[in-house]
Order: sequence, then C-alpha cells, then structure tokens
Amino acid sequence: MPKMTYRDAVTKALGDALREDSNVVFFGEDVAVAGGVFKVTPGLYDEFGGDRVRDTPISEEAFIGAALGAAITGLRPVAELMFADFVPVAMDQIVNQIAKYRYMSGGQFTVPLTIRAAQGAGAGFGTQHSQCVESWLMNIPGIMIAVPGTVADAYGLLRSAISENNPVIVLEHKVLYNISEEIEDGALKPVPLGKAAIRRTGKDVTIVATQLVMHRSLEAAEILAKEGIDAEVIDLRTMMPLDENAILESIAKTHRLVVVEEAPHAGGWGANIASLAADKGIYWLDAPVKRVNMGGVLVAYSPPLEDEVVPKASKIAQVVRDLMKE
Amino acid sequence: MIQETAPALTLDTRQHMLKRMLEIRLSEERIQGLFLENLVRGTTHLCVGQEACSVGVAAVLQPGDSVTCTYRGHGHALAMGMSMKALMAEMMGKASGACKGKGGSMHMTDATIGLLGANAIVGGQIPIAVGAALTAQIKKTGAIAVTFFGDGATNIGAFHESLNLAAVWKLPVLFICENNLYGEYSMWDKTTPIQNLADRAIGYGMPGIIVDGQDAERVYNDVKALADRARAGEGPALIELKTYRFRGHSRTDQAPYRVKGELEQWMQRDPITILKDRMIAAGQLDETEYEELRGSIDRAVHEVVEWAKAEPFPAIESLYQDIYYEG
Repeated sequence: MPKMTYRDAVTKALGDALREDSNVVFFGEDVAVAGGVFKVTPGLYDEFGGDRVRDTPISEEAFIGAALGAAITGLRPVAELMFADFVPVAMDQIVNQIAKYRYMSGGQFTVPLTIRAAQGAGAGFGTQHSQCVESWLMNIPGIMIAVPGTVADAYGLLRSAISENNPVIVLEHKVLYNISEEIEDGALKPVPLGKAAIRRTGKDVTIVATQLVMHRSLEAAEILAKEGIDAEVIDLRTMMPLDENAILESIAKTHRLVVVEEAPHAGGWGANIASLAADKGIYWLDAPVKRVNMGGVLVAYSPPLEDEVVPKASKIAQVVRDLMKE
Repeated sequence: MIQETAPALTLDTRQHMLKRMLEIRLSEERIQGLFLENLVRGTTHLCVGQEACSVGVAAVLQPGDSVTCTYRGHGHALAMGMSMKALMAEMMGKASGACKGKGGSMHMTDATIGLLGANAIVGGQIPIAVGAALTAQIKKTGAIAVTFFGDGATNIGAFHESLNLAAVWKLPVLFICENNLYGEYSMWDKTTPIQNLADRAIGYGMPGIIVDGQDAERVYNDVKALADRARAGEGPALIELKTYRFRGHSRTDQAPYRVKGELEQWMQRDPITILKDRMIAAGQLDETEYEELRGSIDRAVHEVVEWAKAEPFPAIESLYQDIYYEG
C-alpha cells in the first residue's frame, strides 16, 4: 500500500474540498505561491488560481475577520493562521465575532468557515511558536475544535471541518507533519467531528490524549504491556464537541483514568476530562484521576529543554505504574 | 447655513431621505425615553445629529450589497429599511426583535436587507465587510460592501489591516468613517495626530475623501461616485464624513467634555433642517407638510413602541438555540 504523510493528507483534503465545491476558498500567509511555510499547500495555487487560493498580508485580524464576512455571504472559506501561536492575534475575530455571529443575530447566519493552524512543541521553534492552543479556545461556545493525530484524521477531520456549517478550528500538530501511514487508494474519507477513536484497546487503565502525546501514550502502553499493564488509549480527535461517551465507556471498563496533555496544567483541557470523570464516572473509578502535562512550565528553545517539557512515554508510563498501585 | 453646492437629487430621493432621517431622529429620542422607563437595559448609543450619514449612504446601496456597522447603529439599520418593529422589539429584548432578543441595541442585524450586523467591538466590524466584498469579487455579483465606523476606530489595528488587505485584493468595499469628533469621551485631536482621517487612505493606496456628513445629498453623491468605482472593480475607498453627535457617547454620558458652544454650533447644522430648508426653498415642501410628516412619523414610532412593549419576551428555551447550526 502507498504511504502517505500527515502533511500530504492535509494537502489532499484542501485540494479535494476546493475541487468539489466552488464556494471553497483558501487563504493565509504564504499559502499560495510559496505553498506554505510547512509545505502543506503546494500546487493548490497552480490548480485553483489566485482568485480562490490567496496569499494574505501578515494581518491575522483582518483576514480571519474577512473569512467570517465571506462565510456569511456565501463562500466556504478556509483560512490558515500558520502557527497556532498567532491565534491570539486574531482573537477578537474568533471570540467576539466568529463564535457569536450566529447566536447574537438570532440565528440569521450560518458560519461555514475553517481556520487551520499548526501547533505544538518539538520542532525547535521556541517559546512563541510551539504552543498548543486548544485549551484557550475551549472556553468559547460557538466554535468547534479538531485536533487530528493521524494521517487519516488529518484528511478526514479537515474535510468534515470544511463541509461543516459551523466555524471549526483545525489545529494540526507540526511534529506530526512527517509521520506516514499506509493508506489504500480511496480509503481517505471525512471523519465526523465529535467522535473519539480508541487507538489501543486495554482493560486496566484509560489514557486520554491527543496528537503528539497520543502517540507517546501508545509508546507508553507498549512499555506497560511488557509489565502486564493493559492500557486503553483514547484519541479525542475533536475537543469541541467532546465525545464524553467514549471516555465514560472506557473508564467504566478500566476503572482508572490518566489524561495526557501537551498544555500547561492550569485551565488545561485535561481538567475538563477530570471533571467529566468526577461528575459522571466517579463510581467506576478505583483510583484518583491523574493528569500528565507541562505543569506551569513554558516551552524553551534548547533541544534538551524542549524535549523535557512535553510528556514523554517514560513519564506517562511511570504515572500509570504509580496509579496501578493505588 | 445651507450649502447649495450639492447636486440636487430627485424629489423622490429627497422625500425618502427626509422621511428616513425623521424616523431615525424620532426613534432615537423615543429610545432615550425608554431607558428612563427602564425598558431598555445596559447601554445604547444614539446617532442623533448623524442621520444624514446613514441615510445618504443607504440611498446608494443596491440589493445584494452588504453593510457592517457600529454599536451606534440604529440609524444605519433604519436607513437601510430595517423594520422599526424589529428594531424596537429588539431594543426591549423581545422575541419578535430583529435578533430574537439576543442582540440588543448594539447588534441590530437583518440579513434580508444585507445588514450583516452592528458590532460592539470598536473596529470589529471592519474586517467582516472586507470578507463580504471578497464574496462579491469572487462571485462577480457587482455588489459592494460598506462598513461604518467612528473616528475612534481609525486607531485600532483592524482598521489598518482591513484597508491594507482590501487594497491589496482590490475589493469592492467602502470604508466609511463617521467622524463625530469624539472617540467615546475623548476629542479626536487628543488621540489622533492628523487633521483629516481621510488622509490615512494615502498609506493604503486608495482614494480618501472628506464629505460634509450633515448634508445627506452630498453624502449620497460623493459616496455614489466611489461606490460606482468599486462596482466597476477599481477597488476600495475611505470616506470621512464630518459629523457630530448631539447626544453623549452612551446612555449615561452627559458629555461634560464638549467644547463650550460646540454643540450649539453643530445644531445649527442639523441634517434634517438642512434638507428640509432646501426642499422648502425649492418649492418641494412647506412647513405645514413638514409638520404633518413629522407628526405622522412620531405617531407611528409611538405605536410601534407600544406594540413592542406588549410583545412577549423570548421563551427560555431560546437561550440554548442557535449556538450552533444544527441542520
């Protein structure tokens, strides 16, 4: 079977969406002629032309707001924010405009727009280019948030986001752009928003994670398997809407929950999962809920420092090991 | 002081503009009263004195055009033809309001007439109009987008980013600055280092013009020229309408910061009086007809207000609706 990278899957999703619906337009900084700083969008400008695939000035607030204006007047825009760390530059448009436009107008508009951005640490980009931002965005009713962690999801969640009649922010993980999977021809298809995936079934402990730390959780599960601990790994795939049932069904089976986040502890999305478990799953739990995350630490540039900050497989495994003793 | 330099418009257009300006004026005055009755909550921003700006621009618009505007937006909405019932019911948070009671004074919206919404974030509405213009350009509809903002918004990033983006993409959008001399409580010259805000257009390679915002006919003519230019694919423009708000910034503001005599001077240039006097001079109107018109609109506003008072509030279930599209 041919191998495809996460990067290629994103490119293909954009191309397929542009090809299938003439209302889809795509713009962002350096995405057209140059093909994107992460080389995710080559060829789109050549195929679809400068009317539908556009380079923008470095003006995140303007072009994210323009995406809203385009969405409510008949287009289906996809805007790329490049690094997810630039989300706050456009935050007024995201929080006060995009998320609220349908609601505060009494339902007069649908807002079919997608914002893409690359997030995460591990590529040496330093403190202002390495953050995961979904936790900032989860406090905003009115938007949806997808966090693809696999090649198939990089394609499928983006396709669903673009065809969704609500605003969706798709946060790709920049360290995952180079991962590859064997994909059969025609096997890529839209992945529904709001459905988690069980990446490894297990009976002893549930590990909930996303993206890079989801892969590290799978590594941790293999380490633990050798020790006789059978971990289930759930990939959330979508942060909003959150697949609560997938989490609850898993802890009903395993009775233990570990949440692994690439995010600071305070206000991190893992707290939502812990809250869900406390609220609706407490009687199934045999041990406290554990969160593995970045604590109160920032991402640093130097390789050993950056390597330390995102939860590693060994650290995740140790937390699980300790939890099994409770 | 009547400027006779504006080319005369047709009698129909003049009558329409005069009627609309009176509707706005009398509605705004009634809304102030509704506050005192505690029927309108939070805050509101009246456009009394600025009616010629919204009415002059609205007369240029064609079906399919889009508008985003400011929280001082009741006038924009009425000028565009939004139902006064929908406006008044929305002011009072009623289910039959323009936004089903979810928006309020600062969010008047009517998609059916192209009013994409008034905005409570200074400058937040500007990029949205740029996007509407992008749709018009890509779909080749010949439509334009118009965005209203105040002098204060010309100091926020969204303004500068939007002008630049619209110019680079040559979008059919008109940036219309209603310079009423005060950004909230601060006189514009305390916050802005240039005499004319239209000069900012130079930095974005687009035309920038200054227009007497008290003269609805002049507004119409000058905006029309740039709207035609935008429809023809020649790109955006910045239009500074020099105007003045006769009331404070918002409901509680008595405007003690005004320069002494300034209000009285501007009230000599009341946009309604300017058009009315011009029509009387042209034999198109007399004082009796004017008073009849004013009286009939006043009665209509009163009836709408009484109707809106009796309308029901939204059902509590509606709080949970329209957060997402669920089609």
